[in-house]
Amino acid sequence: MATLQIREALRAAIDEEMARDERVFVMGEEVGHYDGAYKVTEGLLKKYGERRVVDTPIAEAGFAGIGIGAAMCGLRPIIEFMTFNFSAVAFDQILNNAAKLHQLTAGQFTLPMVFRGPNGAAHMLSSTHSQAFESFYCGFPGVKVVSVATPYDAKGLLKTAIRDDNPIIFFESEIMYANRGEVPDEEYLIPIGKADIKRPLTGTGIGVTVITWGQGLSVALAAAELAAPEGLDCEVIDLRSLRPLDDEAVLASVRKTNRVVLVYHGWPYGGTGAEVSDRIQRLAFDHLDAPVLRVCYEDVNMPYAENLEQLVLPSPAKALEAFREVAYRKV
Amino acid sequence: MSRDTARKTDTSPPSSGAGPDLDHLRHLYTQMLRIRRFEEAAARAYTQGKISGFLHLYIGQEAIAVATADLMEPGDRVVTTYRDHGFAIALGCDSGACMAELFGKATGLVGGVGGSMHFFAKDKGLWGGYAIVGSHVPVAAGHAFASKYNQDGRVTLCFLGEGAMHIGATAEGMNLAGLWRLPIVFVIENNMYAMGTPLSRQSPVDDLTSRAPGWALASDRFVVNDVLETRTRLAEAVAHARNENRPALVELLTYRFRGHSMSDPGKYRTKDEVDEWRSRDPLHRSEQQLRDAGITEDALTAIDDGIIAEMDAATAFADESPLPEPAHRFRHNLIEDV
Repeated sequence: MATLQIREALRAAIDEEMARDERVFVMGEEVGHYDGAYKVTEGLLKKYGERRVVDTPIAEAGFAGIGIGAAMCGLRPIIEFMTFNFSAVAFDQILNNAAKLHQLTAGQFTLPMVFRGPNGAAHMLSSTHSQAFESFYCGFPGVKVVSVATPYDAKGLLKTAIRDDNPIIFFESEIMYANRGEVPDEEYLIPIGKADIKRPLTGTGIGVTVITWGQGLSVALAAAELAAPEGLDCEVIDLRSLRPLDDEAVLASVRKTNRVVLVYHGWPYGGTGAEVSDRIQRLAFDHLDAPVLRVCYEDVNMPYAENLEQLVLPSPAKALEAFREVAYRKV
Repeated sequence: MSRDTARKTDTSPPSSGAGPDLDHLRHLYTQMLRIRRFEEAAARAYTQGKISGFLHLYIGQEAIAVATADLMEPGDRVVTTYRDHGFAIALGCDSGACMAELFGKATGLVGGVGGSMHFFAKDKGLWGGYAIVGSHVPVAAGHAFASKYNQDGRVTLCFLGEGAMHIGATAEGMNLAGLWRLPIVFVIENNMYAMGTPLSRQSPVDDLTSRAPGWALASDRFVVNDVLETRTRLAEAVAHARNENRPALVELLTYRFRGHSMSDPGKYRTKDEVDEWRSRDPLHRSEQQLRDAGITEDALTAIDDGIIAEMDAATAFADESPLPEPAHRFRHNLIEDV
């Protein structure tokens, strides 16, 4: 068992899959000679050369499209967005080409490819560089969407994503790349579509199901720690896969606790958090003792100033407040 | 990129050995006429309410698709726009399957999920059928990237309207193709109007190949009057792309005789202008060349009769074909959806 940073776990996944399959290549801005804007691809150019570690100019629509065209020919591109904020200018490629071409060609073409990079707010990057894109990319069929929060999940899920024959949107986080965790030495894969319980119920106190993913995980776990002394017993579920959603994992927990709070990075209007809420009220209505609450971004464009940004972001304190509310423990 | 020197000189049409390539010219003419008759049959079916949605006809531009199909080598690919029926017919797709796709039938080229704008036939070299203007340019460059990655010697021909020359994806795709010397030829089918907007209100310059040097693309530019000339000059660009990793931008000046789509009466063009282009119809020019080479009126009539019968059969096939099964809407959204 090695202790790796998330960036190292991602790199190990890419490295192993490139060694395993000649068709896998990495493409994006600064992935090669610069060794990666966040050092995820560090050393890969030296190992695999310019044919398979391809630096691009600043042209997201261009290189996202190149990846799509290459995938249609049987290659397995990993397209790195320096951040998903920049994927906005490649959105048409993902929405209208990557997500549609398998269906539009009646299965003549497959698109085995991964779009990956950091997503969501980091620290004081203002509105254009602090956006969480899962609501956009989960909002249409034809793709799978994954969000990782630990080195173990990062490696196991990225390897699976690279081997998947569908286009995969793979979310990481700028502020989590240096997070450390244990990663097995032997090869392993994590299936897409399976949530993971990151903190189980202890069985003492009032149970609360806390659903989270990505950067929300650390907020949810910190809030659960704060809540425990108050007799609030949190089960923290990391969805990991946002499309498809692991309904069963969510519902199993809701049936135990009858209370749900979602903690995530992203705006509240519509989107992934709203989708999960909808499924819970539809599929587990009789099990709910309180309305499903969501702790996420405030519905504003992200300000730069540190104090304002902190007000907009989800926090352990805000999450704790929501836990109390679903447990009718207003103080 | 490996070089096949034998291919390098092979840019001229195959010769039948008898006369001025009469068989070849007859073949090209027949293919052009098949496209025209297909489009006319589609237009009739549209006015009868058998076809819905958007229907963009290729009438007037047939020589381009026919020349292209004729010069391609096995494994080469065409990526084109929503005005894609001509390429499908030229590349050997069954006219019944094409018509059935327009009718939204299960027997259509892609089972009725794509319609007019999304013809795909991978095994024939037709790699789409794209309906977001310019969006296919980087995708086509990606096919060429894969050819370079795999050293497979294939060339991608990416067709776009002049209206696609002003959007970002086009510039990005062409820049990357030039930067990486990808085996691709971009062909602008400049039919002078982006829907109703003439080129003079789209671009500050008339000559769109003036942009080629900035992307390190070789270029050529000519009026499509003659299918053989079109074939020869496109083949030259393709040979450079294949043998020398020299991507190219070719601007073809052409004209669509019909409106942008079936719903467009084309009031932004003068009758004189349309008549002038019609008088230079490459289809009629080929017909005249055949006459000059000695083909009889009876023989020409027989060609046309055969084609009309084919398109009648295609329309009947489409009409009689079943609708897609309801469950088919769930197919192929993901690999797992079979």
